[in-house]
Amino acid sequence: MDWSVIFSDAVRSGIGPIAAVYALAAMGLNLHFGYTGLLNFGQVGFMLVGGYGLAITVATWGGPMVLGVLVGLASAVVLALLLGLPTLRLRADYLAITTIAAGETLRLFYRSSWAEPVTGGVYGLQRFANDFYEISPIPRGTYGVWLVEFSSRDVWVLIVAWALVALVGLLLALLVHSPWGRVVRAIREDETAVRSLGKNVYAYKMTSLVLGGVIGAAAGMLQAIQVQSVSPDTFDPGVTFFLYTLLVLGGAGRILGPVVGSILFWFVLSFLDSALRQAIDAGYVSPELISTSEIGAVRFALVGLALIVLIAFRPQGLLGSRKEMMLGAR
Amino acid sequence: MPADAARPRSPLAPLDGVAPEPGVRKPDPLLVLDGVTRAFGGLVAVRVDHLEVQRGAITALIGPNGAGKTTLFNVVSGFDRADGGRWSFDGQPLSGRSAHQMARRGLVRTFQLTRTLARLTVLENMKLAAVGQRGERLLPALLPPLWRGQEREIERRADELLERFQLARLRDDYAGTLSGGQRKLLELARALMAQPVMVLLDEPMAGVNPALTQSLLGHITQLRDEGLTVCFVEHDMDVVMGISDWVAVMAGGRLVAEGPPHTIGRNRAVVDAYLGKQHDEPEATGETGEAGETRETGEEE
Repeated sequence: MDWSVIFSDAVRSGIGPIAAVYALAAMGLNLHFGYTGLLNFGQVGFMLVGGYGLAITVATWGGPMVLGVLVGLASAVVLALLLGLPTLRLRADYLAITTIAAGETLRLFYRSSWAEPVTGGVYGLQRFANDFYEISPIPRGTYGVWLVEFSSRDVWVLIVAWALVALVGLLLALLVHSPWGRVVRAIREDETAVRSLGKNVYAYKMTSLVLGGVIGAAAGMLQAIQVQSVSPDTFDPGVTFFLYTLLVLGGAGRILGPVVGSILFWFVLSFLDSALRQAIDAGYVSPELISTSEIGAVRFALVGLALIVLIAFRPQGLLGSRKEMMLGAR
Repeated sequence: MPADAARPRSPLAPLDGVAPEPGVRKPDPLLVLDGVTRAFGGLVAVRVDHLEVQRGAITALIGPNGAGKTTLFNVVSGFDRADGGRWSFDGQPLSGRSAHQMARRGLVRTFQLTRTLARLTVLENMKLAAVGQRGERLLPALLPPLWRGQEREIERRADELLERFQLARLRDDYAGTLSGGQRKLLELARALMAQPVMVLLDEPMAGVNPALTQSLLGHITQLRDEGLTVCFVEHDMDVVMGISDWVAVMAGGRLVAEGPPHTIGRNRAVVDAYLGKQHDEPEATGETGEAGETRETGEEE
């Protein structure tokens, strides 16, 4: 077994574009769930409308990419309003039900043959981010240290993606430590009390839903840009649950929780993937026990196991405060 | 009894000549209710024809369980909708306004079961309640220089109140770690942070030990002396008799009696409400719970 390959694969994955995309999407979810207490189970829906907003504007209608980005963000605002208007006055679980249904409905709608002329149906849309790669200042070649190397194309995506994560993290940190953030965190604790103190709880919840949704859409666009393609089935409901997994892993209600969670999640996933693969090749694990094609499923099972252990021993996540967590257990 | 004698009577002189009858007009009413009704299905929980709450006085709202006191609080404070009726606060018609609008206009309530915000510190609980904070709007929130000065001022005010309510040493603790009594104090202090004109206290003494009850009573009378109007629901008659300037009695959703505390115990309607109409019957002497039930049949007798 070649440990240097295993580690370098894991590091590449942990700091890679997908880790940044998931970190960003989970930051939006963190604003919803970690700070405002909104149970959004359809964050993938926001990623979808973001990615498709960009792809459709450019690939289907031939618009400029900047317009596509604006369309993607605007779609998220519209989706948040549609989801929030009827549900945010009701109990928390109504939003949960509505969002999980909306995420899946959107995926089915975008992949339907009826929508195919616009969305490309099951095939999706490709090659809509050329403008993005054209303005890359990174000269061609591969960059990296040791065995962790990225192509110039990926380096450009990485710079933009992690810069966006940093920017959003900064904005969120400013927000949650402001009086606005205090109101939002108070709503998470007990919205009736907050109403009795003269705050328009509905408006705050709506703002939070829109803001977190827009962050999710930005993540969806990054993902679409990174592979120069959108297809409906990359936005399956599982994505939202990975986001929750890494949010809980890193610590919900902490600015860096989703970032740490995402890096660790993808590091561990890739580590297990390569380690299992090499173990099978080297004959340490019998192919009859786990075949190469089953590695994908087994690594998720192992991540699940790790998560169970984490919840048992550190329920607040890596960055959370246990004391605070226990107070929240109502 | 609480420090009854020490209480200055002067601010209450206006209520001296007011007749002790339900729905009576008061010289300077702050809150005026007219024909307020609220029904849950077939059960009419509240049907108050007319009620005025005197400015600057402590008004106790009493009545057996199920009399509609909390429902009336909920309706007036915007936490529940009324099926009919009008009410005005400080001369402005405010019926049907939402809870946060009522609070912003100076009518702030507390709850029967305390609602402290567990994962916020005591100080944050207090600061949250201040109204008109610039930093509570999304865009200014991103620019701390716009609200930092105001925040300092709010913090100073919060510290003063915490000091007054003996919570200063718990300032930076999570509110979720407070004892039941401390939560009651925090909730009252927090309501005051909103700079209310009037507070509605729903059973402020429920589940509080006698020593703390005395302390809370002291705080409430002091607030009245500073000009705050207080209306509270309470079951403990010692408390009601000790601090209230005026008592309103509800039964079966209606206002059945009103008057200064010393007249209430003698009032026939009040005795009927608490004990049932046939209170000479030995088995009908059940307290609160049963008295609430008797109102349905009581009307048919």
